[in-house]
Amino acid sequence: MFRNTYDSDNTVFSPQGRLHQVEYALEAVKQGSAAVGLRSKTHAVLLALKRSTGELASYQQKMFRIDDHVGIAIAGLTSDARVLSNFMRQQAMSSKMVFNRPIPVNRLVSSIADKAQVNTQEYGRRPYGVGFLVIGQDKGGPHLYEFSPSGNSYEYYAMSIGARSQSAKTYLEKHYESFADCTLEDLVRHGLHALRETLQQDKELNVNNTSIGIVGPKSPHEKVETPGGSFRILENDSVEPFLQTMIAKESADAPAPAPALSTGDEDVQMSE
Amino acid sequence: MPAMVSSMSQQPTQQAFNPYTENGGTILAIAGADFSVIAGDTRQSEGYSIQTRYAPKVFKLTDKAVLAVNGFAADGNMFVKKVRQRLEWYRHAHAKDMPIRAIARLIQTMLYARRFFPYYVYNILGGIEEDGTGAVYSFDPVGSYEREACRAAGAAQALVQPFLDNQIYFKNQTPAPGSSFPKHLPLTSVLPLVIDSFTSATERHIEVGDGLEIYVVLAKNSTALQSLQSLRGAQEVTTTADGERVFVIRRDLKKD
Amino acid sequence: MDHFPTNWGRPRNDAFDAYGTYPIHQRPQNTPKDKFSDGVQRTQQPIVTGTSVLAIKYKDGIMMSADNLASYGSLARFKDIQRLHPVGNNTVIGASGDMSDFQYIQTLLNEIIIDEFTSQDGHSLGPAEIHEYLSQVLYARRSNMNPLWNSLLVGGVRDGKSFLAYVDLLGTTYSASTIATGYGAYIAQPLLRDAVEGREDTLTEEQAADILENCMRVLYYRDARSLDKYQIAKVTEAGVIISESKHLKSSWSFAEGIRGYGAQIQ
Repeated sequence: MFRNTYDSDNTVFSPQGRLHQVEYALEAVKQGSAAVGLRSKTHAVLLALKRSTGELASYQQKMFRIDDHVGIAIAGLTSDARVLSNFMRQQAMSSKMVFNRPIPVNRLVSSIADKAQVNTQEYGRRPYGVGFLVIGQDKGGPHLYEFSPSGNSYEYYAMSIGARSQSAKTYLEKHYESFADCTLEDLVRHGLHALRETLQQDKELNVNNTSIGIVGPKSPHEKVETPGGSFRILENDSVEPFLQTMIAKESADAPAPAPALSTGDEDVQMSE
Repeated sequence: MPAMVSSMSQQPTQQAFNPYTENGGTILAIAGADFSVIAGDTRQSEGYSIQTRYAPKVFKLTDKAVLAVNGFAADGNMFVKKVRQRLEWYRHAHAKDMPIRAIARLIQTMLYARRFFPYYVYNILGGIEEDGTGAVYSFDPVGSYEREACRAAGAAQALVQPFLDNQIYFKNQTPAPGSSFPKHLPLTSVLPLVIDSFTSATERHIEVGDGLEIYVVLAKNSTALQSLQSLRGAQEVTTTADGERVFVIRRDLKKD
Repeated sequence: MDHFPTNWGRPRNDAFDAYGTYPIHQRPQNTPKDKFSDGVQRTQQPIVTGTSVLAIKYKDGIMMSADNLASYGSLARFKDIQRLHPVGNNTVIGASGDMSDFQYIQTLLNEIIIDEFTSQDGHSLGPAEIHEYLSQVLYARRSNMNPLWNSLLVGGVRDGKSFLAYVDLLGTTYSASTIATGYGAYIAQPLLRDAVEGREDTLTEEQAADILENCMRVLYYRDARSLDKYQIAKVTEAGVIISESKHLKSSWSFAEGIRGYGAQIQ
């Protein structure tokens, strides 16, 4: 249905100067459930919506720990994510081995971006079908990056990826200026509000479908203290106290969500 | 350099580069019923020279495993680094810490992999098993290992091990008629034994001294917690909640 | 015939080709590289050597000294060699042992510093990172039975913390508030410990320089492979400064009065 003349190999430009395979890869990211990332002066957080294929199935893992100081949330092909996160773990470990230094977050992100770029240029390859939000802390404080299959990586105050992430982005754009001075609890609450925007009409965030990833000092809502505020993933019951802080949609200062563009998860639309 | 003539082959040989040295020091570990104590002095020496008065030989691997490494310091440090790296991959794959009996087997495999260019180090691994008992595993440089109740290694092994045999295993002692020796000693008895072992080794061995680092690993709900909290300068280094707990106790040893 | 195309040119290796995405046909290389590999000899002894390096911590950071001599056996071959080398903005290294190996180490360090600089991301390598790197390099070389024949001191200041550590051809490392390599480990180290231990945070720059000068003089009197021309490097929060060569004042007239050694007749 997306058939184009110039899309059978990603090393071939279309007359408009586009690489269609790369753009399709970006669509693969949009197929994945949403992930949201935010950053304050002290913290960076990730929030992700986990999907399960049915009542009997478990929820798909959306977050991965890379090192003590770095973690990622993914949207797209989980198997591609595992390959890339494994590579990131190797890079992080090599930095510890050779220099005894936690790898600077930007270099880690650049390293996978460079890897992804190769796949957009070399013959007979396919781009990765997954996008990351990467949070981490280093000498420069907390950071949030987006990585995408096109080989781009950018740093953000706040970002969202995955299905219906535009709705979350709208929320984040409205509120991002206040994030810098937020407490961790407020930051997570904003994140949950943004993530909520990506839900289908009848769904809501609960302890089963929500993951939270944090770098930075501990919140009173967390039971476990991680040394140096290193990256941790909260799931199931640990998420509950954060979900409690959410403000119901009607009364939240966010406007009522724009009517959904389409029904179900098939919200991917290619304009050709 | 003069070429020496080997009588065996009648071939000229040359003084080869020796990739090893000895850096002195001593380590020991004692297992209790629900705790484990792993200790080492902090002097690093080569020949008659003290290189530094503080070079740790005891390393926390996880919240339930502590590794003491003694022998050639460069090999020791590299070995600990590699073990830690393997444990990190285990954490990535299984989202939990490797149990101590698995770490012990891992260490055996890693040491034996270098059977023909060994890590010139004696390892003692202490910690808590999955069943909550205190454990000590000791290794030789090429990976032979066993689980024990106590072990000393390093420069003053010959001084310390007989003392522990007598005080921990009650060797050459006979129990009073009608009584028997305890299988495990309480922490309150073990810690003084450790400290005495090192002060004595410091007196009698030139490569032992400067500082003493004692790691104590407690099982969940260990009864030894109380005696530890009343102890001078016991510092907690645990990283996770509601699991095993790890403490360090530091003491000075004579610096001469 | 090797049927693996990736072995024809440069085989892929994650260590230096992290972004290569071709599959790795990594097989053990069992055949010797060429007919002459048996004849290749690796370093068994240093050739042109530098003697002791001394370093101490003081109030503002680290001070290090080494003389300007590179000896060829007992011949004082090169008398204007610099054995102290700045690395990045916060670190200095001092080398004793083989001078050609030291120059090779300088090129290695230059490469990683340039890599770091070209990242232009605000991160840089401090003394601790450089020391770790050198330890890995020297340990790897000793493990290949092809050592870099040096004892190196690495000193520096970063984020208000001073760092001083040692690494040698075996990969042995340690840190302390006073360190001396070579002959200095026997002659200067006791003097340095006596003068510095417990006073690391109070010694002024002048005092630190005096302590080092005194030790360099003692070494010049006692170490036959030393020279009375030396340099002092200081590393503070402000950066690295390596002095011009200084001349040690010494007096040998006492030798006239010595009786009981050598060839003199009562």
